[in-house]
Amino acid sequence: MYSHNSWKNYWEGTYKRDNENLGTVNTQMMGIMGNYGITSKLNVLFNLPYVQTKATNGTLKGLKGVQDLGLSVKYKIHTFPLGKKGKLAAFAIGNFSFPLTNYVADFLPMSIGLHSKNLTFRGMLDYQLSKFFITASGYYTLRSNIKIDRNSYYDTEMHLTNEVDMPNMAGFNARAGYRSRTWIAEAVLDNMNTLGGFDIRKNDMPFPSNKMNATMTGVNFKYSFAKALRGLELTAGAKYTVAGRNVGQATIVNGGVFYLMDFSKKHATYEN
Amino acid sequence: MKTNLTYKLLMVTVLSGLVYGSCSKDLNDRSESYPALTPASIDLDAGTWKPVLLTAPGEFAVAAPVATTTPAYVAELNEIKGLQRNLSGNDKKIIKYWSAGAVLRWNEILRELVAKYNLPPYQNPDDTYPAPSAANPFAYPYFPFANPPYAARAYAYVSAAQYDALVATWHYKKLYNRAAPYKVDSLVQALVPKSDLPSYPSEDAAVAGAAIEMLKLLFPGEVAYIQQKADEHKRYRIMAGANVRSEIEAGEALGRLVAQKFSARGRADRAGQAIGNPDLWRKLETDTEAKGEVCWFSLESPKRPPMLPLFSKVKGFLCDSMDIINMRPAPPPSTSSQQFKEETEEVLYYSQHATRDRLRIVHFWADGAGTYTPAGHWDAIAADEFVKEGYSEVRWARNFALINMALMDAAIACWDAKYFYFNPRPSQSNSNIKTLTGVPNFPSYTSGHSTFSAAAATVLTHLLPDRGSKFNDMATEASMSRLYGAIHYRSDCTVGLENGKKVGERAVLRAQTDGAE
Repeated sequence: MYSHNSWKNYWEGTYKRDNENLGTVNTQMMGIMGNYGITSKLNVLFNLPYVQTKATNGTLKGLKGVQDLGLSVKYKIHTFPLGKKGKLAAFAIGNFSFPLTNYVADFLPMSIGLHSKNLTFRGMLDYQLSKFFITASGYYTLRSNIKIDRNSYYDTEMHLTNEVDMPNMAGFNARAGYRSRTWIAEAVLDNMNTLGGFDIRKNDMPFPSNKMNATMTGVNFKYSFAKALRGLELTAGAKYTVAGRNVGQATIVNGGVFYLMDFSKKHATYEN
Repeated sequence: MKTNLTYKLLMVTVLSGLVYGSCSKDLNDRSESYPALTPASIDLDAGTWKPVLLTAPGEFAVAAPVATTTPAYVAELNEIKGLQRNLSGNDKKIIKYWSAGAVLRWNEILRELVAKYNLPPYQNPDDTYPAPSAANPFAYPYFPFANPPYAARAYAYVSAAQYDALVATWHYKKLYNRAAPYKVDSLVQALVPKSDLPSYPSEDAAVAGAAIEMLKLLFPGEVAYIQQKADEHKRYRIMAGANVRSEIEAGEALGRLVAQKFSARGRADRAGQAIGNPDLWRKLETDTEAKGEVCWFSLESPKRPPMLPLFSKVKGFLCDSMDIINMRPAPPPSTSSQQFKEETEEVLYYSQHATRDRLRIVHFWADGAGTYTPAGHWDAIAADEFVKEGYSEVRWARNFALINMALMDAAIACWDAKYFYFNPRPSQSNSNIKTLTGVPNFPSYTSGHSTFSAAAATVLTHLLPDRGSKFNDMATEASMSRLYGAIHYRSDCTVGLENGKKVGERAVLRAQTDGAE
């Protein structure tokens, strides 16, 4: 799994600007993902990314390293027939992610991550009618405090501690498109909101507990090979940030190669 | 299979519980855990300590208090009793907060203001930069840009004014010898540790009064906030049974009068002209080129004028302008020398071989934009130490004044070297040098962090000799953090430390003769 995130403009609070001292900030991510079907209704997944940042202008040095290990449990609660050919499936997904290394969080935008432990609960509904589908989900993420290398910082007031309260997050995701045994093609709308946090002040540096919000739109594709190459899957996608706050206006492209080893328990949950 | 599933769901539940537990949102802020100030000695004779600007401790008259048997005083006791009957939870929080110490809390407030105002102005559409204006502090860019030299000067003025105000306060305390309200009337509760220190005029109000006056000059956009803090501070003393209102009023008036002397000095200390002008900025370049050296240029885009090139001309508290010139370090390695080349290579090495521990050091000491600056960092270090010492308010003020006068003069001495030599930053000398913190927008030689840190560490080591090499070790780490961060050559750091120590020694000389030791 590979993704490339790049932005030139960013939102300083609600003010959109560029910064010649950064130029374009590029973040590359290489990740290993795994998905194991325990039963036809219960999947466990993991995700382990390696991240590297780089700015095209200015003097700031990029950082790189292994970021957070993500562990997910996805449970298909129930499938209801809906209409003549349609069916509606409800899922509950839990994700826990935690940093595997002591990487630097407090050097944004060059940090490779925010270093909090996150626990996400997501509820998802998937409606499929023949080869067409629509999926909607909402999530809530609890985030742990983080520790930074300095022992004081100013957000909207002075804190004399190395601990930072990371506000929780919530958001939604909606997708619609075509889904068959071999192809998935979908349009996606992705939204994240920080429930609290503060705005970057004019010409200040970003901080891990900023109010980082973003709405992105994009497309995803997946192709599953058949016959001799059965089990091999290719994915590709692209997303663009249409609205944001205290984040870069990122364009993200990604691609991945997957191999399904468990043919016997292949199930209908194609969504990532 | 079902058991398996139940087991796994149970695991997830337990895991969720553990994670939720670790998501506790309480921050362990050191400032909230400071205990109520309980001085080991009341320093009753501090009225004889040597002030900074006052010609005599009695320079400003304070009228004698009325007798504690008069109806006027009894009415003031009744005010305390009335307040103490109806203390809210918030009132108790206010008492707990301020009881840690007046000088300490005002130093924290000042550090917060510095962090709030320490942001470089955003460029104009034509790629020039606007300058903040004291005449209109609310228009962007807000006044002041509390950069490191500005901040060092602000800490020094507030601390020195509070110190002089307290020397005068102690003079009158001993003279009038008025007992605290809780000693006069047993029905008045002492909600702070009891003290034998005479309570007229109020030392807390003198500290607040001095702060109000000084901050009007230094942070004119925060007058309303400061006033609100001061009102809370004064009310705390009355609620706590530690002062009656007339003691507060006398202390505040005295603090204000003393601080007005410092404000008058501050208006004429040449800091207002430190920004320079385009002709001066060009002259710095031509003078350096005439010496055959590569001159500094701004690594920011668009290029920003150098930070406060005339701060070297500011009138110091410990060093005069001749001292600054006499202390000026020898030139840095010539930009065409082999040593310069080698030192640049060394910076490149640190840029390309950052370890996690060196990153920690770089970021711990970075004290860049949006922070309380190196001077504030050393005040924070000092505060954490002083809290353990049980100083009287006047000794707190004296020790902060010594440290902050040294830090301000360190800024002056360092800025003198920076603009006399106008030496390029490592990333200018070799564009492959990427930095692990922001590159400050002023010349390289000598390192400000090194100069500030050695000055403060020298004073702290004198004040707290039982801490051994602790402060000097911290200063060395702060100094090296700039090489590790790839924004300074080694010479900048080592020479900066030497020069800072010289400034610190001026403060130590003063400490040895100010009557407090």
